[in-house]
Amino acid sequence: MNFLIANPGTILNLGLQHLSVSLGAVLIAVLIGLPLGIAAAKIRWLELPALTLAGLLYLVPSLALFAFLIPILGLGTLTAVVGLSIYSLLVIMRNVAIGLSAVPEPLLEAARGIGMTRSQSFRLVEFPLSVPMIIAGIRIATVMTVGVASLAAYIGAGGFGVLIFRGIATADNDMIIAGALPTAALALACDWLLRQAERLARAEPVP
Amino acid sequence: MSSFLDFMVDNSDQIWLLLKQHIVLSASGTALGLAVAFPMAILAALMPRLGQGFSAAANIAQTIPSFAVLGLAIPLLGIGFAPALLALSLRALLPIYLNAHVALQGLDPALREAAKGIGMTRWQSLVMVELPLSLPATIGGLRTAAVESVGIATLAAFIGGGGLGDLILQGIALRDTDRLLAGAIPAAGLAICVELSLARVQRALTTVMAVGRP
Repeated sequence: MNFLIANPGTILNLGLQHLSVSLGAVLIAVLIGLPLGIAAAKIRWLELPALTLAGLLYLVPSLALFAFLIPILGLGTLTAVVGLSIYSLLVIMRNVAIGLSAVPEPLLEAARGIGMTRSQSFRLVEFPLSVPMIIAGIRIATVMTVGVASLAAYIGAGGFGVLIFRGIATADNDMIIAGALPTAALALACDWLLRQAERLARAEPVP
Repeated sequence: MSSFLDFMVDNSDQIWLLLKQHIVLSASGTALGLAVAFPMAILAALMPRLGQGFSAAANIAQTIPSFAVLGLAIPLLGIGFAPALLALSLRALLPIYLNAHVALQGLDPALREAAKGIGMTRWQSLVMVELPLSLPATIGGLRTAAVESVGIATLAAFIGGGGLGDLILQGIALRDTDRLLAGAIPAAGLAICVELSLARVQRALTTVMAVGRP
C-alpha cells in the first residue's frame, strides 16, 4: 500500500496508459465486431463457422496470442492493442450475433405485417431489442481487456502491469500490490458502469 | 517455416518436458480448484446467506488479473512451482464455484419439494437430486477453469513456474521467432484440445441427465 500512497503521480500516469490501451482496444473491437456480428446473424451459412472460429481463437492463451503477433508487429503498444482487440472482438461479435438471433420471430413477423421493409425492421425492431445483449458483450470484453492489459506491459504497452512486472523482478510485494489493486479497481469500475448502461438499455420501453 | 520445424525437432526433448510441466501445472491447478470449489458450492446450497457472500467475493476476485494473482503468490510461497499452483487453483475455483452455484440455485424448487415430499432429508435431496442435476453446468465451469488454467500456466514462466511460457519468454528476450512459436503453438493447441474434450464430456452428461428427467 505504501508505494500506492507515496506515488500518486506515477499511478495516475500508468492508469491513463492502462485505460487508453484498454479502451482503444475495445473501441476497435466494437467497430469491427458490430458489423461482423450482424453479418454472422444475417448470413445463415456464415454463423456457425464464424462463431466456431471466434470461439477457438478465444481459447488461445493471452501470452501465446501476443507471441503470435510479435513476429508480425514487433514489440510495443500496437501489438498490445491488436492482441487485446482480437480477444474483445470475439466476445462482442458473439454477443451481437446471439442478441440478434434471440429476437422472437413473432416480433419480426409483426414488423413485416405492419409494412416495415427489412431495413426498417432491423433498425426499429431487431437492433434496439438486442442492444442490452450487445452492451453485455462490451462489458465482458472491457473487464477482460483491463485484466489482460496488465500483461501487455511486458511487450512495452505500459499501464499498471509495469508495476507488477517490476515488483516480480525485484521481489517487492508493495509494488506488485500497487499494480494489482488499481487494475482490479479499474476492472470493477468498468463492470459497474457498463452494468448501469445495460440496465438503462433494458429499462427502455419495449414496443 | 522450415527453420521452425528444425527448431522443434532439434529441441523436441526440451519442448516435450515443458509441455509435460505445463499439463501437470494446469491439471493439478484445476483439480485443486475443483476440490475447494465443489464443497463451497454445497455449503452455499445449504446456507444461502453464505452462498451470497461467496458469490460476491468470487465475482470481485474474478476481476483481479490472473497475472497479478501470480505476483501476489510470491510473498507467500516464493518463486517456482508452488506459488504458480496456488495462483492457478485460486483462479480455477472461481468459475467452477460460480457455475455450480448458479446451477444449484436455478433448479426448479418443485424438485426439492418433491424430494422432501418422498421423505428425503435435505442432505439426501442435495446428493441424490440437486447435485446430479447441476452436474452438466458444473462441468461447464470446470471446462472454463481448465482452459483458463492452460492460459495462466503460460504466465507461470514469469515466476519460475516452468511450462511452455518459458519458450515464449526466451523467444521474446532473444528475438527468436522459432523459439517463440515453439512455445505459443503447443500452448494454443493444448487449450483447444482441453476445451474440445471437456465440451464433449459436458454434452454427454447433459444428454444423460436429460434422459433421467420425466
